[in-house]
Amino acid sequence: MKACGRVHKYGDNVDTDVIIPARYLNSSDPKELAKSCMQDIDPEFVTRVKVGDIMVANKNFGCGSSREHAPIAIKASGISCVIAETFARIFYRNAINIGLPIIECPEAAMDIEAEDEVEIDFDSGMIFNKTKNRSYQGQAFPEFMQRIIKAEGLMNYINQK
Amino acid sequence: MGMTMTQKILAAHAGLESVCAGQLIEAELDMVLANDITGPVAIHEVEKLNMKTVFDKDKIALVPDHFTPNKDIKSAEHCKCVRNFAKQHDITNYFEVGEMGIEHALLPEKGLIVAGETCIGADSHTCTYGALGAFSTGVGSTDMGAGMMTGKAWFKVPSAIKIILTGKPSKWVSGKDVILHIIGQIGVDGALYKSMEFTGDGIKNLTMDDRFSIANMAIEAGAKNGIFPVDELTIEYMKEHSKKEYTVYEADEDAVYDEVITVDLAALEPTVAFPHLPENTRVVREAGEVKIDQVVIGSCTNGRIGDLRTAAKVLEGRHVAPGVRVIVFPATQKIYLQAIEEGLIQTFIKAGAIVSTPTCGPCLGGHMGVLAAGERAVSTTNRNFVGRMGHVESEVYLASPAVAAASAVTGKISEPAELGL
Repeated sequence: MKACGRVHKYGDNVDTDVIIPARYLNSSDPKELAKSCMQDIDPEFVTRVKVGDIMVANKNFGCGSSREHAPIAIKASGISCVIAETFARIFYRNAINIGLPIIECPEAAMDIEAEDEVEIDFDSGMIFNKTKNRSYQGQAFPEFMQRIIKAEGLMNYINQK
Repeated sequence: MGMTMTQKILAAHAGLESVCAGQLIEAELDMVLANDITGPVAIHEVEKLNMKTVFDKDKIALVPDHFTPNKDIKSAEHCKCVRNFAKQHDITNYFEVGEMGIEHALLPEKGLIVAGETCIGADSHTCTYGALGAFSTGVGSTDMGAGMMTGKAWFKVPSAIKIILTGKPSKWVSGKDVILHIIGQIGVDGALYKSMEFTGDGIKNLTMDDRFSIANMAIEAGAKNGIFPVDELTIEYMKEHSKKEYTVYEADEDAVYDEVITVDLAALEPTVAFPHLPENTRVVREAGEVKIDQVVIGSCTNGRIGDLRTAAKVLEGRHVAPGVRVIVFPATQKIYLQAIEEGLIQTFIKAGAIVSTPTCGPCLGGHMGVLAAGERAVSTTNRNFVGRMGHVESEVYLASPAVAAASAVTGKISEPAELGL
């Protein structure tokens, strides 16, 4: 499985309140949530994002509230993968559980800039920056998590067990 | 190799002799929790499963507390979805408006979680119950839904930071100041993926309410859980609130920790976290002149009876500064009633504060106290992220009930000492 797209870049500690503010949590419809994705940190994101684009951030991405609406909104906005130096633990679980590909790679997170064209190979964990012509080795998922990802989410995985 | 307290609880629930940090395990769950925001997403996910019945109707708690009393039609639909699911599956611990409270104050009060148990909740502050010596952690809706149907969850066994608390805090220093101080020291990702295991002879000087506040904000340092050892006070609390049997686990003497931090409680001062991260802490004495528009006293962090008593002590015989709006929200119906019986509510109202029914509303900018552009609040809640309480250009300063009440009187960030207390 591969993803390829243009980068939207953010810094440290992007919290789930800015990914999807609480005032929109009276809905759980992915399409509706996507309309307000990143609104409090990057109001232009929703008009700029194209299907397949990639989100890159620094440390502790997705910290704060456990709201699964956050990865749901990111996925529904068209983002194909989130790369970060580190993820907050609840966001990490949520992303795997709903089938939003994420990858931890400090080197990539620090080097990649906004608008770079980036390709990710999920099987090998390799990240290739086409704009800068540089590669970074991301952390591959433990086998157990790969099984959840391959099943396209936790519920399908449980059904298959 | 020795195990931490958290590792021992996880090993016992995974049916294993021992576990080590980094190991992936599947653990049995004693309690699974959701609210009116995370519940509907979990219920929708559950519909994808082949299983049609919940694992144990007594081990699930559904608490509509965030946008309740229903703030708008969409929220009312969410609450209805949770209510219908609870009815359909005959969920024992569904708490309707009238008997509900803020989930993390309500569950311990109802005796639904005790020492040695495991709990997941689709709310990040589920880590609160670590105060009782339980393993308890926040998850998302899908994990919660799976837990509700299977009674199990997968975990990566965490490593731990040992936090040794020594000494006795001074009069106006509370659990909130302790946890703000620690987060200020280690940062909002200082305990990422890890347990924060509290220990030391200073713990005996902390009330259960203090310990709940501290464990509650473990997530604000990125931790998987925060956990306290079980002592006489914990046992007294559990006996008063629960009929469940508890199990006491202690960390091995040779348990391995990534880091050891010592905090002298006697040296702490009233502390405030400046916008927009809980790690931006300063002692109130060095906060400078920060004028405020609103004060919020309550939440799963600081809406317990001890918190209200402290706030009332500061507000007794005083009045809120002109132009400052003060919202007090007791965390549960029981706490609310107790506050009425003790005369605390009279004190608040005479001082010019308003008192709200239990709700998470103001903490997350949902309802009951949303901030406008440029407004500043001192709040006893747990997060001060951009836009957390309303407009992206509003500001939240996190503090204890004592500091929040003193600030209400002066109209700027203040500590009780400034009022001669």
